[in-house]
Amino acid sequence: MLIYALRKAGLLLLSLTLSSLVIFALIEVIPGDPAQFMLGIGAEEDSLAALRQELGLDQPAPQRYLAWIGGMLLGDFGLSYTYRIPVLDVVMERLAVSLPLAGLAMAMVLVAAPVIAIIAAWRHGSTADHVVGGMTQIGIAVPNFWLAILLIHLFALGLGWFPAGGFSGWHNGSGAGLRALFLPALALAIPQIAILARIMREELIRAADQDYFRTARAKGLGPLEALLRHALRNALLPVLTIAGMQFSFLLAGAIIVENVFALPGLGRLVFQAIAQRDLIMVESVVMLLVFAVVVVSFLVELAYGLADPRVRTGVRPPRVRKGP
Amino acid sequence: MSSFNTRLQRGGMVLAGCLALFALIGFFWTPYDPAAMAINERLNAPTALHPFGTDHFGRDILSMLMAGAYTTLAVAALAVLIGVVIGVPLGLAGSARKGRMPDEAILRFNDLVFAFPALLTAILITARFGPGAVNAMIAIGIFNIPVFARISRAAALPLWQQDFILSARLAGKGDARIALEHILPNIVPLLLVQIAIQFSIAILAEAGLAYIGLGVQPPQPSWGRMLADGQTIVAIAPHVVYAPGLAIVLSVLSLNTLAEVMKQRFGLMGGRG
Repeated sequence: MLIYALRKAGLLLLSLTLSSLVIFALIEVIPGDPAQFMLGIGAEEDSLAALRQELGLDQPAPQRYLAWIGGMLLGDFGLSYTYRIPVLDVVMERLAVSLPLAGLAMAMVLVAAPVIAIIAAWRHGSTADHVVGGMTQIGIAVPNFWLAILLIHLFALGLGWFPAGGFSGWHNGSGAGLRALFLPALALAIPQIAILARIMREELIRAADQDYFRTARAKGLGPLEALLRHALRNALLPVLTIAGMQFSFLLAGAIIVENVFALPGLGRLVFQAIAQRDLIMVESVVMLLVFAVVVVSFLVELAYGLADPRVRTGVRPPRVRKGP
Repeated sequence: MSSFNTRLQRGGMVLAGCLALFALIGFFWTPYDPAAMAINERLNAPTALHPFGTDHFGRDILSMLMAGAYTTLAVAALAVLIGVVIGVPLGLAGSARKGRMPDEAILRFNDLVFAFPALLTAILITARFGPGAVNAMIAIGIFNIPVFARISRAAALPLWQQDFILSARLAGKGDARIALEHILPNIVPLLLVQIAIQFSIAILAEAGLAYIGLGVQPPQPSWGRMLADGQTIVAIAPHVVYAPGLAIVLSVLSLNTLAEVMKQRFGLMGGRG
């Protein structure tokens, strides 16, 4: 296990280094003057020169890269060009919205998807199963920002149960904060619930086709009980991988959904930074988001190796194909 | 396969056909000029003259949808094409030398691209090079490269051990020629399924980018931007956001169904389900 973990950690470092190089190259090295880009065509020559100096553009690229990475390792993400305050401060403030939002959405996914999948697998082939199949197919096809608009239309403007957007902070009590985050989280979660439920249903049905499941049924367990006690455990492994990947979708999806609801989160921050051409902000926040995605997928792989010894030894179980 | 599924799939294929037709007609002809404004006709509910109503500038929504279909499908199609044209050769090259040089490098490159959520990549690219249809297309296309590299590598790997490859080798063919003449034809069905799936994902991505203003720029019509425009007036004129949203959902739905149908036709279904 240790060797497996170390190898994965090595790959983690490698991907982080490569990602940071790509981001840096994209923003700072590719032809075109970042200072000119940030200030626009009509910029004065002396303000351009001042910005170039602030960005350190007079130094060679490798040195700038090391300074950027070294600074981030020490918690210095640079000074936002628009806000004139450290990027880290802005990020921390925004995380107070983005983390609860992603957490709430992830919780919705992890609660709803298994329940839907178990019902569909339990009543495999029934009308309920077909309805779930149709609903999840639609859930996958719905763009989350359209869903967000419809949710606002129905639950905020129509019924008035939730605010239509904005976020007044956590100081008004967590109830108000959660109410503001509920619809955005739902818009983020529904497509992911549909994806996870479909995959889990298929895994459950496959598990229910195995001999051990038949044994469980033969010793007298009901279909639902056997599903919950024996099939579910085996269906959970692939689900772990998918759920880890979904975290990155939730992060990326939040960029759009936070805009629909005008939530002051990280996603909106990236978007605003682009609009304001604040490349310092874009560079560091994108790196932070990539860092989060890579670390989560690393943790998922560790958990996977812990849960299934076959993964870390590289021995794949033979997948038994049953005849009709 | 139950008859319920068969009917569902037939519906999906008809839908996909209609959509393609819709976009094709929209390229040559729309009932009105999709950019023509008529302020005294604005926010009309659907009528016989304007079957989907008009937007806040009095533009005909059906015409905008038809012209937008072409934009969306063209961007998505080219983005998938980028993935296929670059990804498949990479995957085949990797499979030919499993675990050795190009393969390892390609695998690491795949991991790298997967570390960036597609939308983040797109945002980074449009942030640096400016918004627009071409940059959106490239950004979505980059994300498709590892998808096709990975799937064609995985599908090709077991094929290299087969007898017909050995006999091709005996006939004096090199790796590149074997990959092209013997491996590629065998993975085409799998690739077609993946193309349909990636196409649907690309449509969603294009709409998302256009929605936040980083995709196709005005006055070129696009489904994503129609939603962004309609969002603020949804309370007075909900029809403005219904039609473009439904267009996106139906196109993604029909492509996913198409993928399912192909999976079953080609016998690619894993297990039952």
